[in-house]
Amino acid sequence: MALLEFTDKGIYCPQANVYIDPWKPVSRALITHGHADHARWGNKYYLCTHQAKPVIQYRLGNGPRIESVAYGEERTINGVQISFHPAGHIVGSAQIRLEYQGEVWVVSGDYKTEHDGIATPFEPVKCNVFITESTFGLPVFRWKPQREVMQEINDWWRGNAKEGKTSIMMAYSLGKAQRILKYLDTRIGKIFTHGAVESVNKVLQSQGLKLPPAPKATIDNLRNGMESSFVIAPPSAVNSNWVHRFKEYSTGFASGWMAMNGTRSRRSADRGFMLSDHADWDGLNEAVLATGAEKVYVMHGYTSQFAKWLNEQGIWAAEMGSEYHGEQSEETHTE
Amino acid sequence: MKNFAQLFAQLDQTAKAPEKVAALVSYFESAEASDKLWTIAMLSRRPPGRVLTTAVLRKWALEYANLPNWLFEESYKMVGDLAETIALILPPAAGGEEHTLSYWIDFARALAENEESEKKHAVFKAWSYMPPDERFLFNKLLTGGLRLGMSQKLMIMALAQHTGLEENLVAHRLISEWSPDESSFEELLFQGEEEAALSKPYPFFLAYPLEQDPQKLGEVHEWQFERKWEGIRAQLIIRQGQLFVWSRAEELLTDKFPEYHSLLESLPNGIALDGEILPFKDGQPLPLNELHTRLVRKSVTKKALQETPVIFKAYDVLEWQGSDLRTKPLTARRELLEQLAPAGEVLHVSELLEIESWEEAMQERDKAREYHCGGLMIKRKSSPYRSGRKQGDWWKYKVPPFTIDAVLLYAQRGDGRKANLYTEFTFAVWDEEGQLVPFTKTGSGLTESELFELTEWVRKNTVERFGPVRSVKPEFVFEIEFDGIDRSTRHKSGVTLRAPRVVRWRRDGKVEEAGRLTGLREMLK
Ligand SMILES: [Zn+2]
Ligand SMILES: [Zn+2]
Repeated sequence: MALLEFTDKGIYCPQANVYIDPWKPVSRALITHGHADHARWGNKYYLCTHQAKPVIQYRLGNGPRIESVAYGEERTINGVQISFHPAGHIVGSAQIRLEYQGEVWVVSGDYKTEHDGIATPFEPVKCNVFITESTFGLPVFRWKPQREVMQEINDWWRGNAKEGKTSIMMAYSLGKAQRILKYLDTRIGKIFTHGAVESVNKVLQSQGLKLPPAPKATIDNLRNGMESSFVIAPPSAVNSNWVHRFKEYSTGFASGWMAMNGTRSRRSADRGFMLSDHADWDGLNEAVLATGAEKVYVMHGYTSQFAKWLNEQGIWAAEMGSEYHGEQSEETHTE
Repeated sequence: MKNFAQLFAQLDQTAKAPEKVAALVSYFESAEASDKLWTIAMLSRRPPGRVLTTAVLRKWALEYANLPNWLFEESYKMVGDLAETIALILPPAAGGEEHTLSYWIDFARALAENEESEKKHAVFKAWSYMPPDERFLFNKLLTGGLRLGMSQKLMIMALAQHTGLEENLVAHRLISEWSPDESSFEELLFQGEEEAALSKPYPFFLAYPLEQDPQKLGEVHEWQFERKWEGIRAQLIIRQGQLFVWSRAEELLTDKFPEYHSLLESLPNGIALDGEILPFKDGQPLPLNELHTRLVRKSVTKKALQETPVIFKAYDVLEWQGSDLRTKPLTARRELLEQLAPAGEVLHVSELLEIESWEEAMQERDKAREYHCGGLMIKRKSSPYRSGRKQGDWWKYKVPPFTIDAVLLYAQRGDGRKANLYTEFTFAVWDEEGQLVPFTKTGSGLTESELFELTEWVRKNTVERFGPVRSVKPEFVFEIEFDGIDRSTRHKSGVTLRAPRVVRWRRDGKVEEAGRLTGLREMLK
């Protein structure tokens, strides 16, 4: 019996009887991080990191039992030692390490290797078997340093402000929204947020994250100085009536997919910025090597390509669970 | 090349004309003269030639990046553009020298003289200097495929703003024989004032679509009626023994239509005619799309002249013996125009229709298709020749478009710029044997969100793939609208449509109830 199995409910550890980021309801779930495609509804019991808990609690309400541990703290369930290690993806995100009778498996969850100044930085964990994501598992994806991208974003804001336009940035409300907010140049103008972003900000601020003030973009708040302001909103809001409260504006979109001219022009945004909370090609390769794993399973995105590449590099690798992940789930996988 | 890469990105990221113009103006302000000249050349169909084939460049990229061919293929499939794929998969630049656009163009052209291995070495070195966005442009330069997302027309607007010259003067300067190797920016733009004034067209007066009941135009005898010909609206000018043909977009088209050169002998000097360039053979207009090859080619071939000859259908005379007639009433100008009628085979004067009532006008409009026309032109007899699109004096009274319900059968992905989105669709109707026959391809009229929805659906309902094209389950019905229909031997359906577009996604439409091929054939009559 393998330590972890791939089932139609998700990654399963039979010895401990727990699932990791299950996509169907189970009784006990270990959760890598608070994104909706990882921390799903309907499980009876959740275990995550202390830092991930507030957001998960906020999203799932008081119904389910949510317990948390510190990074590196060990729990033993039926002889399986379980611990959570920083994944650098968003606040509280973790790789989950499981050890039983001397064999170690690590499930990466979503991760990035660049230190973004918000999430606890990624730490490679030695293991026998590594289950890695590969959302951007092609060599065309190579990120610019965050500092450069933030400079582009601030320049864009400055340019819009000069022309009396509001800058509306589409970014996921958990992760990229805070990352952008934290590094905005507040000398340019005021910052506002969509309600969905503001709520997540409040949760993260209450656990100690420092962010510039960014009140909700209500009609009243916008009355003064709206023209030169910066607004952060989830992509869905920018394609809805919500956006009609702004007069002259320019829209931006921050995503790893913006690496390509084609996707930049396909997006309905005026500007695309290459910014991702996932590892790029070099990050994935470094991470896999650093684990020293003999076996690698690959999930999300370019799984078959990344697995084939690893095999050619002399690392045994296979796609994981492609039968459970159609083309569709790739497109909804939070980026 | 940093500022050029920035310009490219700005043009790529906006569809708004004023923003494109502003981006180019600000580039002109900062760029060196030689870079400006090359940018103008690229935007006026004078790109630097190809130095390497894409196959060679791709081979070198694999070697430089040390990646297997299959992984390159997978990446290419994702990106959709070869030069861009190469730019992205190469290892990050080591940085180094920053050079101008013209430096890299000269660099690329100098490669041609070298041995294969020297070429490769030079390209590797260049790659090692540049970040991906500049590498992409460099690769496009090498393979001769650099296109900037901007029309010549907008470039001329930007250049006019930058130099303070008038737009049609700039247009004139750029039409002459020139190449960035032989002239400088100054020479190109600031010489030969007089010659430019010589060719200058008048601003076009454009008709307004008539959507109201024509009765409301009042007394029918105050109006002049002509057919609405479907060619290219143009001004034909002869001054000091030289001929100039201008399109409505103020592009000089003189060289594209050598047929008109004979008019230098039959027309008097100091004349400007407003009219239509009309493909015309055996006494009948041809579909406008047959002129397309002529317009895109650099030189006009004998074959093109034989297959799609053109006439000039004259509507109006704006200048006569060197003086401007535009303030004279239309009837007076028309009298002069008719004097030119026997000016030769290539010049036709647009016929007036004898119409006594608005009912007749409506009937005549509905007959437009018999004459291969788009409807009627209704002009006030007393009207001056105004400029721009003004309401009141000139109306176009268009025949309603054809429509047919059709079944979606094939979807085609956009090219590099629209990677992974299906943007062109082939539609079919039923033939006599109960088979679906494709008859037109279009993507226009669909909204962005419909394109996204269709792309998603196409992915899940693909029957077969042929390169970028997928055949899909016949499940969706769309209402297609078009302005005209012509016989075609090149298409299985036997017809081709003019200006097809999607008007409606008939979400409740049944495939069995879509249009018939016999219905399309009916429309031919
Ligand atoms: Zn995530
Ligand atoms: Zn995820």
